[in-house]
Amino acid sequence: MWNFVSPQVVFGEGSLQALAELTGRRALVVTDKTLVALGLVDRVTTCLAKAGIETHIFDTVEPDPSIQTVLQGAKVAQEFKPDWIVGLGGGSPMDAAKAIWVLYERPDLTPAEISPFITLGLRQKARLVTVPTTSGTGAEVTWAIVLTDPQEQRKMGLGNRENAADIAVVDPEMAAGMPPSLTADTGLDALTHAVEGYTCTWHTDLTDGLCIQAARLIFEYLPRAVADGSDMEARERMHNAATCAGLGFGNAMASMAHAMGHVLGATFHVPHGRAVSLCLPYTLEFAACQAPERLSALAASVGSADEDAETASRNLSDRIRSLAQQVGNPTDIAQLGVARETFEGSLEKLVDDAFNDTQMLTACRSPSYDEMRRLFLYAYDGQPIDF
Amino acid sequence: MRFPSDEWIKELSRLLNDSESYERSAKDWEGDFWFLVEPDESYPETAHLFLGLHHGKSPGAAMETNQESREAEFTLSAPFGTWRQVIEGRLDPIQGMMMRKLKLRGNLTKIMRYPRAAKEIVSCCALIPTDWD
Repeated sequence: MWNFVSPQVVFGEGSLQALAELTGRRALVVTDKTLVALGLVDRVTTCLAKAGIETHIFDTVEPDPSIQTVLQGAKVAQEFKPDWIVGLGGGSPMDAAKAIWVLYERPDLTPAEISPFITLGLRQKARLVTVPTTSGTGAEVTWAIVLTDPQEQRKMGLGNRENAADIAVVDPEMAAGMPPSLTADTGLDALTHAVEGYTCTWHTDLTDGLCIQAARLIFEYLPRAVADGSDMEARERMHNAATCAGLGFGNAMASMAHAMGHVLGATFHVPHGRAVSLCLPYTLEFAACQAPERLSALAASVGSADEDAETASRNLSDRIRSLAQQVGNPTDIAQLGVARETFEGSLEKLVDDAFNDTQMLTACRSPSYDEMRRLFLYAYDGQPIDF
Repeated sequence: MRFPSDEWIKELSRLLNDSESYERSAKDWEGDFWFLVEPDESYPETAHLFLGLHHGKSPGAAMETNQESREAEFTLSAPFGTWRQVIEGRLDPIQGMMMRKLKLRGNLTKIMRYPRAAKEIVSCCALIPTDWD
């Protein structure tokens, strides 16, 4: 028995107007100060006002939100008593909104206790709407929550199926202002979700199609969205792709590129999407001998077919590297500006931390410690995996 | 070796002590386990398997008649058939917990920081020639 969880997804240009049709009295908008300055928060509160909903803005969510931030947000929620929580932004504000909502409903819990193994009993006080302003994280439709514990300097993967949003408003106009580098990083994050959602060991018949369609859309539309941010067709298809990928991997799992990318990002301060997508071709090459048919099926669906399954798998890795280069992203760790000496000095910790990332559980080929060390070294040099 | 049995859990303990991968993945782990095998149509009894785990080693293991004989930080319980799926590698234990097929008592957050160690334990289980009858 398995589950497929999804909010009601309202999508397409102008879909933000769905907020004007909500029924309720008070909404707590969880966001960040950049989005306030860009006027995106105003667009949301204007719609909510049309619905007669009073709003309160909690705009102190930082990148990689901390436990302290969500505890503060939950305190604000207890005082304001909203019947809607609105998560507005990229992954950080939306994840913070999910956590704030859970702690508002369940003040008896600590953030670390938000796990898939308990019953939360949400929706007694409020419901959750998510509005993504980037096309990448998929957090609008997933139930995962990533918080940072600054005391232990580590990220905590939390979440429970109940804390998936009730409504996801996927309006491409809310992402139209992203600069090219953010468009590239978030778009490649979505591609990594799509590919790993398809190749991880927890994939299902219900997630495969979403992952394939997301990958197709990203290969076709990401270069256009990066080259011309005003290309609204590309923006809309990328926004849809990120949500499809979110539904796909969110109901399956990510995998080894995420495990490696998480530690790479945390160690060398690399944006999440850039870090995980850089690792993706290497992890696919590593997995190719274990799951050649599956990888070649994905390769064929995005136009990289070959009669030989392992060759097709390598074609897929090459296409991912080409796409990254086309949108101006690095394809090896050296290109991130990390000195070799610094990298090698961190190598043992990178290996240990990658192994202790939960995404490693679903790798279709499980590496040994020595293989993981070599994976990082090959990724540093940009050398295709040959072991 | 029959599962569940004292011989079986002691063999798991021995394999863990021989595993460099497990030792590295659990080098600072502290927390013993009770594995509770619940009856189902294939196995009509309840079995209590104790597995000591400390700093990458397994200092002891035994099948007991109840859980009063020893203290353990964690208890993982499931019907016999579910244990068989896990040991044969057909069910990931973390996925099993998400599906509520395995129930954990103890600090889950602590366990989720050691996914590799969990995987190494399952790998060692698969190495034991297990008799299911």
